[in-house]
Amino acid sequence: MLKNFSGKGEQTVLESISYTSDYEFSNGCRAPPWRQIHGEICYVLVKPHDVETLCVTCSAEGVFLNGGKTDNEGEINYERKGEIYKDLVTFLKEKSAKFSENMSKQEKRFSDEKEKKEPTNEPPEKEEAAPVQKALTGSGKRTLEKNQINFGKSQMTKRLEPSLSWKATVRFKEYRSLLRDPQEEKHRRRPERSGPPVKPGRAQLVRKSNEKIEEIISESSSESEEGEEPLDRQEANADLPSEYWQIQKLVKYLKGGNQTATVIALCSMKDFNLAQETCQLAIRDVGGLEVLINLLDTDEVKCKIGSLKILKEISHNPQIRRNIVDLGGLPVMVNTLDSPHKSLKCLAAETIANVAKFRRARQAVRRYGGITKLVALLDCGKSSAEPAQSSLYDARDVEVARCGALALWSCSKSYTNKEAIRKAGGIPLLARLLKTSHENMLIPVVGTLQECASEENYRAAIKAERIIENLVKNLNSENEQLQEHCAMAIYQCAEDKETRDLVRLHGGLKRLASLLDNTDNKERLAAVTGAIWKCSISKENVTKFREYKAIETLVGLLTDQPEEVLVNVVGALGECCQDYENRVLVRKCGGIPPLVNLLVGVNQALLVNVTKAVGACAVEPESMMIIDRLDGVRLLWSLLKNPHPEVKASAAWALCPCIQNTKDAGEMVRSFVGGLELVVNLLKSDNKEVLASVCAAITNIANDQENLAVITDRGVVPLLSKLANTNNDKLRRHLAEAISRCCMWGRNRVAFGEYKAVAPLVHYLKSDDPNVHRATAQALYQLSEDADNCVTIHENGAVKLLLDMVGSTDQDLQEAAAGCISNIRRLALATEKARYT
Amino acid sequence: MNYGISDNPRHVGLELGYLRTLQCVEATLDMDQKTLKKLVESISNTVKNFKKSEVECLVRLFHSLVERANVRLNNLGLDRNAFGAILHSVFGMTDDMLMNRVFFVFDKDHNNRINVKECVKGLSVFLRGTFEEKLKFCFEVYYLNGDGYICREEIFDMLKNSLHQQSSEENDEGIKELVDITLKKMDYDNDGKISFADFEKAVREERLLLEVFGPCLPEAKLCCPRHKSVNCL
Repeated sequence: MLKNFSGKGEQTVLESISYTSDYEFSNGCRAPPWRQIHGEICYVLVKPHDVETLCVTCSAEGVFLNGGKTDNEGEINYERKGEIYKDLVTFLKEKSAKFSENMSKQEKRFSDEKEKKEPTNEPPEKEEAAPVQKALTGSGKRTLEKNQINFGKSQMTKRLEPSLSWKATVRFKEYRSLLRDPQEEKHRRRPERSGPPVKPGRAQLVRKSNEKIEEIISESSSESEEGEEPLDRQEANADLPSEYWQIQKLVKYLKGGNQTATVIALCSMKDFNLAQETCQLAIRDVGGLEVLINLLDTDEVKCKIGSLKILKEISHNPQIRRNIVDLGGLPVMVNTLDSPHKSLKCLAAETIANVAKFRRARQAVRRYGGITKLVALLDCGKSSAEPAQSSLYDARDVEVARCGALALWSCSKSYTNKEAIRKAGGIPLLARLLKTSHENMLIPVVGTLQECASEENYRAAIKAERIIENLVKNLNSENEQLQEHCAMAIYQCAEDKETRDLVRLHGGLKRLASLLDNTDNKERLAAVTGAIWKCSISKENVTKFREYKAIETLVGLLTDQPEEVLVNVVGALGECCQDYENRVLVRKCGGIPPLVNLLVGVNQALLVNVTKAVGACAVEPESMMIIDRLDGVRLLWSLLKNPHPEVKASAAWALCPCIQNTKDAGEMVRSFVGGLELVVNLLKSDNKEVLASVCAAITNIANDQENLAVITDRGVVPLLSKLANTNNDKLRRHLAEAISRCCMWGRNRVAFGEYKAVAPLVHYLKSDDPNVHRATAQALYQLSEDADNCVTIHENGAVKLLLDMVGSTDQDLQEAAAGCISNIRRLALATEKARYT
Repeated sequence: MNYGISDNPRHVGLELGYLRTLQCVEATLDMDQKTLKKLVESISNTVKNFKKSEVECLVRLFHSLVERANVRLNNLGLDRNAFGAILHSVFGMTDDMLMNRVFFVFDKDHNNRINVKECVKGLSVFLRGTFEEKLKFCFEVYYLNGDGYICREEIFDMLKNSLHQQSSEENDEGIKELVDITLKKMDYDNDGKISFADFEKAVREERLLLEVFGPCLPEAKLCCPRHKSVNCL
């Protein structure tokens, strides 16, 4: 549209305007998909008369100057460089004086033009409303569109200037000739509008009342409104509840009253059921949010308190949260945190805690310096460390700290905020608060820690601040929520060995085991089993758990639990079953059937853990019999087809002990139709863990001559040979083992040589891992039975390395190395002999 | 002579400095030490919120104020205008009607003069009052006709200036509705007027309603916290 007005002339508003990209996505956006998730719609290059070319981002939030085009391949630097404006016109008016001057002329011309065009405009306008609506896909786009429409209406009603809405109609007409795609129009429309701030819903309300509007607006503009109406109807019910009118009245007093009237209105508004969505939306729709937020900018303490009390309640509603952020509520609330009034601080922090439930809000809190201020709120300790001078003051300080922790808890869900909290010195303060005994203080504190413990930095700091001790202590609390968050925090931290030891030393394992008995609260159960899982990675802890009879309880939890719990329970059992005694225990408690049953699930994390646990159990022959009887091997085998590489790898690992410990393993493996082919084909994977696990499985499969013959036919030799050039020691080891086992069939030895697997294998001998050495030496020994391979091995300088390994303490390695050398030697002798005879 | 802070009535932080300059004034007063001591003693017995030394300070302060206001009629005390001027300059109050009402509440014996006892007693609530004392004080400020109720007309009177920029007709309409809203909120027994019980219940539920019909207490930041001594005045 603005293109129309660009050009060289004095009268035009812009020299040029164009999109940066010609490609338009199906949802109408021109921004690449990874930027669309930030709410960005398109990028526009604008050249006003008096300023240089501006590269502008249009997003759902508004319009802002971005970093401009970068040098390489016209990429756009997406970083925001300037303030966010609500539309392109305001943005340009700010940037270019000439634009704003000419724009006003244009507006005038438009309203003149309208007089002539008006009659013909109405039909197309109606037609267009429909496609525009259909074009709305994402919910973000949807609200955006709503704003636009309401925006248009508020222009009409607020300015009481019919010509403005006519202008919109005229513009529609012009779009049609300019741009063919209606979707595109939708996005162009937004930047076109100018006028008073967006007041969604206000106009809508007025229209519903249908009295004033008729006086104000001429017929044609109310016509155009009809076209847009269905969109609004979706949102608001046809009958507005009586609260709606009452709240509207109160907002009027907030706007037009002095402090006294404002306080009365605020108190009265608080009496509505603010937890109810109708009231929440009513406050927003009558423009109450703006007023409430403006009140926070005044000096009147009472008004601020009253306003925050309402904002705190209604910000439980996700829509309202977004509106508050859009209206710039967060910076004022963050500033309120500096107030000397403790109750004001508390309310502000609590409201922030409610609002900061989504990413953009959390970002805003950080950007306006909120994290530092919230962390400062935690520092109530000075007075409470001394003997309490007055319990009243203490209680209020504690309350301030509690609210601060609550807000930080919300904020700590963003990675950058976690860092900011740490940098602001939050961890020592949280650690200190953790020593208090106020339950409602502890929950947000532990919640924040739990959230933050996902970061390595934090785990180190948590260890350093001796927080684990207090977490364990609070596990003993009676409060279930507190128990849950403590267990969750331990779960996060227990990736670290020292932490696991600390939990044991402070007696946390016993408490965790006893918490397993109460299974009603599933969230807590998930957290507790998670903590047990991670703790049981340490062998000492497993011993303790057995002592506390936790393993039996865990087995009992294998049925009728939600997946979050099952993942952790099975994970814990998987760790526990690394011990022989526990494997027996699990079998005796009847844990194997439920485990095998879980092999049919779809949850990736659960499958990884289940396969691991089943694999661990399969090490014990008696358990293996049960698994076999339940057809567990077939289930494991079919998991090799799972799309997730982690599941594939885990299943392949689990298959190894199964094949080892089954009596007629060869027969069993052959009975899986297409099974061997499947395994061999997995060697084409590009995931190292999958490759290593499949190599291990092949090693076991190849123990059976018949199967070895089958996989040879399936082309296992070239596939294995192809993998030979790798630096991954785990893969090297299992690959070497597989190769050495596969040499046992036909002319495979020769084939490995032909596929050039031998030379890389020699280099494995230089690895640091003794397991790799052994496996490689064995493989080389097998390969050296073929004369050509001997030559290759010798040529690659293996002899010296092998000679060193003959001196190893590892017997298998010794033997294999010696065998290989003797093969080489024998060949050399034979050659010499041949030469002389 | 330094007349305190009258140039800058809204500047609340000056209170302490203001009172301190007055100490110089009272030093020049030829007050009988014995009378003073007796007076302080008797007031201290009834006013618990101030220490004796603080009471003494206030008494001297009162005398200096009385003298300055030039209304020294046998030590009878401050008249309405003088008191209003103090409320305005020291406590930043602006509403004439409410200042009058505060005066009447201070003036327990209804002789249109605030004497020294009334002043100290009033100030004790004003500056250091407990929640209950303030509650009672505010209620007394808001009801005038002595029947113990705040009635609809009184509320209307007090709120009539609370809306900005409207024609008088619209304004009246708006105020009427505001009065209705207030009554709906505070008149628990639905008798069309607010009794002390109503008032107390409403304020206990929402502290913001303490000064519901207009500011009649000093702002929170002005109040001396209990543990800070008035001695420093």
